Amino acid sequence: MVNYIYLTVLFPLAGFLINGIFGNRIKNEKIIGIIGSGAVGLSFLVSLFSFFQLLGMPAEERSVIVNLFSWLNIGALHINFGYLVDPLSIVMSLIVTGVGFLIHVYAIGYMHGDKGFFRFFAYLNLFIFAMMNLILGDNFVVLFLGWEGVGLCSYLLIGFWYDRKFEKGTVSQAAKKAFVVNRIGDFGFLLGMFLIFMTFDSLNFQDVFAKAASFPVSETTFSFIALFLFIGATGKSAQIPLFVWLPDAMAGPTPVSALIHAATMVTAGVYMVSRTAIIFASAPVIMTVVAVVGLLTAFFAASMGLVQNDIKKVLAYSTVSQLGYMFLAAGVGAFSASIFHVMTHAFFKALLFLGAGSVIHSMHEEQNIQHYGNLKKYMPRTYITFLLAALAISGFPGFSGFFSKDEILWNAFAKGNFVFWLIGALTAVMTAFYMFRLVSLTFFGKERFGHEHHPHESPAVMTVPLMILGVLSVIGGYIGIPAIFSGENGNKFEEFLKPVYENAERKMVTYGTHTHFEEILLMALSVAFALTAIYFAYVIYTRRQEIAEKTSAKFKGLYTVLFNKYYIDEIYEASVVKPIQTVSEKFLWKIADNKIIDGVVNGTGILIEKSSNVIRKLQTGIAQFYAVVMMVGIAVVLFWIILSL
Amino acid sequence: MKTNLILTYLLLAPFIGSILTLFFKGTNEKAIKWFGLIVSLITFAISLIAYSQFNQKSGEFQLINQFVWIKSLNVTYTVGIDGISLLLILLTTFLTPLTLFSTWKSIKMNVKMFTFSMLFLETGMLGVFASLDLFLFYIFWEAMLIPMYFIIGVWGGEQRIYASVKFFIYTMFGSLLMLVAIIWLASNASSQLGYFTTNFIELSKISPNIVQNVQALLFFAFFISFAIKVPLFPLHTWLPDAHVQAPTAGSVILAGVLLKMGTYGILRFCLTLFPQSSVRFAPFISVLAVIGIIYGALVAMVQTDMKKLVAYSSVSHLGFVVLGLFAMTTQSVQGSVIQMINHGLSTGALFLLVGFIYERTHKRDIAYYGGIAKLVPLYSIALLFASLSSVGLPGLNGFIGEFLILLGSFKSQVLNSWWYTIFAASGVIFAAVYLLWMYERVVFGPVKNQSLNGLKDLTSSEILILVPIFIFIVWIGVYPTTFFDMTSASVEKILSHISQFHNLIY
Repeated sequence: MVNYIYLTVLFPLAGFLINGIFGNRIKNEKIIGIIGSGAVGLSFLVSLFSFFQLLGMPAEERSVIVNLFSWLNIGALHINFGYLVDPLSIVMSLIVTGVGFLIHVYAIGYMHGDKGFFRFFAYLNLFIFAMMNLILGDNFVVLFLGWEGVGLCSYLLIGFWYDRKFEKGTVSQAAKKAFVVNRIGDFGFLLGMFLIFMTFDSLNFQDVFAKAASFPVSETTFSFIALFLFIGATGKSAQIPLFVWLPDAMAGPTPVSALIHAATMVTAGVYMVSRTAIIFASAPVIMTVVAVVGLLTAFFAASMGLVQNDIKKVLAYSTVSQLGYMFLAAGVGAFSASIFHVMTHAFFKALLFLGAGSVIHSMHEEQNIQHYGNLKKYMPRTYITFLLAALAISGFPGFSGFFSKDEILWNAFAKGNFVFWLIGALTAVMTAFYMFRLVSLTFFGKERFGHEHHPHESPAVMTVPLMILGVLSVIGGYIGIPAIFSGENGNKFEEFLKPVYENAERKMVTYGTHTHFEEILLMALSVAFALTAIYFAYVIYTRRQEIAEKTSAKFKGLYTVLFNKYYIDEIYEASVVKPIQTVSEKFLWKIADNKIIDGVVNGTGILIEKSSNVIRKLQTGIAQFYAVVMMVGIAVVLFWIILSL
Repeated sequence: MKTNLILTYLLLAPFIGSILTLFFKGTNEKAIKWFGLIVSLITFAISLIAYSQFNQKSGEFQLINQFVWIKSLNVTYTVGIDGISLLLILLTTFLTPLTLFSTWKSIKMNVKMFTFSMLFLETGMLGVFASLDLFLFYIFWEAMLIPMYFIIGVWGGEQRIYASVKFFIYTMFGSLLMLVAIIWLASNASSQLGYFTTNFIELSKISPNIVQNVQALLFFAFFISFAIKVPLFPLHTWLPDAHVQAPTAGSVILAGVLLKMGTYGILRFCLTLFPQSSVRFAPFISVLAVIGIIYGALVAMVQTDMKKLVAYSSVSHLGFVVLGLFAMTTQSVQGSVIQMINHGLSTGALFLLVGFIYERTHKRDIAYYGGIAKLVPLYSIALLFASLSSVGLPGLNGFIGEFLILLGSFKSQVLNSWWYTIFAASGVIFAAVYLLWMYERVVFGPVKNQSLNGLKDLTSSEILILVPIFIFIVWIGVYPTTFFDMTSASVEKILSHISQFHNLIY
């Protein structure tokens, strides 16, 4: 099956083409939905079989390249449409197609009755197509094809309801913002590729990584490559300073937020850093940058999540924050821990978004959590699954998020330092707090909505995916149980990914060993923190709301700053967007082009006109005069030719 | 040498066609339209035959037809092509029937003269790409100015006279410099070889030996002429006026083919005849190219007129092509060649689409539109597709060109600095900004003007025009090998020619 891995790319492409071209005529939602989700389901099956086949192979042989055809073949550049199946790519494709399939199914219910139903499924399949290229590509250019492709789908899907308003602007502005900010990141990624090609004369993963491990390349070069690539990652994965697009991406339909802006696309940056681990490992300075950026993003995004009232906004900041964790892990060299968190996060964050969608659906597009309350009574399935996901993300012991987050925090301490751990742990406290603020305001307490709302449970087509994801959110972590619990079995997940990072591990400095006692102690501390935060959030937002009101009144300044996301959008607008627009319009166009350059051109024209008025007087109309001039002219030319001989 | 007449037939077909058009009765518009279309399709077919006879393995000039034309000056009629000219010829013969067909509804005045002009123009364009004699080249180069001047001046918009005169003077100025240089080269040949000649292949063997400072002057005489046509910043201001005033067909041909003559001229003549000067001035010219990329994009961003926006985007795109040529690496020059084609297809499609909607509403202001996605879904998809191709989305054609140009220029030994590429690559950000911003304002949002209600979606003939272009947009994006096979040997030959005179790692 491994050799047919390209089917995982082709099925969604076929689905896109069928629904995109004929969807308008099919009209039947059921058929469109089955084509759309079926395509992804088939991709999942192919991935699954490939995974098992890979498991059956010896660990060192688990890296297969499947070439389709030659794409770019110019001079030293040889780029194939080729796919690489290895532990990392197969884990990612299982996540993308698996979670993707569930979200497709859910969307059949969620998008029911929408005029653009077929368009929606066409775009979703196109997204999966692009995402699979991103994950499976065996070279940087195919990865980039997917990278830009998912950006396009994100644009199309954020702007899906293109005629609606969104906050202060419109949905299509949010879509454009996402695309443009992503492009800023892509600019970095492109430069990274150019430098890689200049240094290693290749853009194929195997060549580049082999050469990176053995060639005498300076650390400066590695640092530049890693920095450029990381700029790309900050765009796609919404890290400081390019995270601003993700909260606005919530303008899209909720299944899109779940699939693209939580579970899959936004983790592309993490995947890319992990894929190029050898390059990052060779650039220790940039590794620290990655870790610090991740940590700061995790912390600040979580702080913004504390005060948001839009259910999707809370989840959006939470996503930014969790992505920060993943970069923290990668930055300290715990690449497999970052991918582990990609996986568990995909389960519980997709579930949170889909649950939120279920709530929004039943509350007729109301998204303000202050207008919810006691919904557990009306939507028990949504409530239970949402609660499981909230516990998972908060790091409740035994749940999937607990294992992955703990592994990150532990690595932050063991391979980083205590400050990394501390800020990471504080972030975990905030995470638990805002999540249970959200849960409490939504599902517990008094009903704060009017009688015009009749909340109801969503249909099975939506709740069954919720339940499956609920199960995964709980048990999904067990394949990555840390070695201290599982004993000699070790961490299975880490073991599986190990061959991918072998060279990178060798390049990294090994740190002093830490004791099991430290690990247990820190784990206990972070669990205690999280539980306390959950408790306080529950108490405050179900029974003692006045505490929240008083606190926000007391710290009005801080509250406003957090609520307005530190005014980052406004700062960018005033310092970058406006100046560029003004200079372009007022100076470049209206002065440089129209006055200066055209002034010179028209000035020359006028000058010629003036001087030809003088010359015109030579045009006497007397033939003899012309003949004389001609003779003189010929004489001059002859003279010149003789001279030059 | 075996004489091959195929290129001569290629030139004769539209030329005879244009003359025959004059014998039609002016009122018989339908017959004239069909005749023009059929002639251009025959020309396309001949170009395909030329393609089939062309040996892609070789970078030499092929399908040569040569005879002495003006004996006293030893001027020859020499036509022949390498892979690069072949590709541009195919682009020309491909776009001409499409544009002719696209004018069936929009050109209402004097169809006879219009068809004549278009076919005459096609002869000129094909001649430019096929000539291997500088004198002959110059004649075609000038000949194609005249029909273009009329196409803008007669069938253009309100300020067509100003635009066409500006176009004419700008390009004429450049051509005269080139003429002087051609004469100088020919007379130099007589001192070096003992006979006067304007044959390109012979001249390219001796012109690198010219004293460097003189060569520099000659280089600029050619270069300025080509740079105006490209147009390279800061010689670009004729372009927005010409495009905005030209009828759609004029804009498509102007952007699609005419601008390529500038970049083709640089590649064929500047780089080959004056390799040392090309290397010497590459950094300076690349700076202008990079300024053009950013400048064009920024000015495009703030335009209020859709057509002007697309026009300025050409300044940006062609900046990439010039950068790639002067970076002188295999990847960058290949990228530039394919980018010439890409720009012809993407910008051609954009001009067609702007033209289609203009025919319906007679408005080009971005602010007038808004929310047309609901009214004309097919049109909106087509506009998105063309925009994405222009933005350089991987999988479509624009990416291939831009990527190779940037990749090559980054490691270019001639430029020897990352900064060109870093600034040029920022153009990919701005391209997304100006095109998607326009798209957002025109297509998305609620329907802005009640008068837009009832707007008709693409007609089947409009789809018929766009689909062939779109097919090539995808083809080049996914399987560019078809096209690189045509040009790689020729590109290799030009670079190895330069490396004979300047130590060049490409």
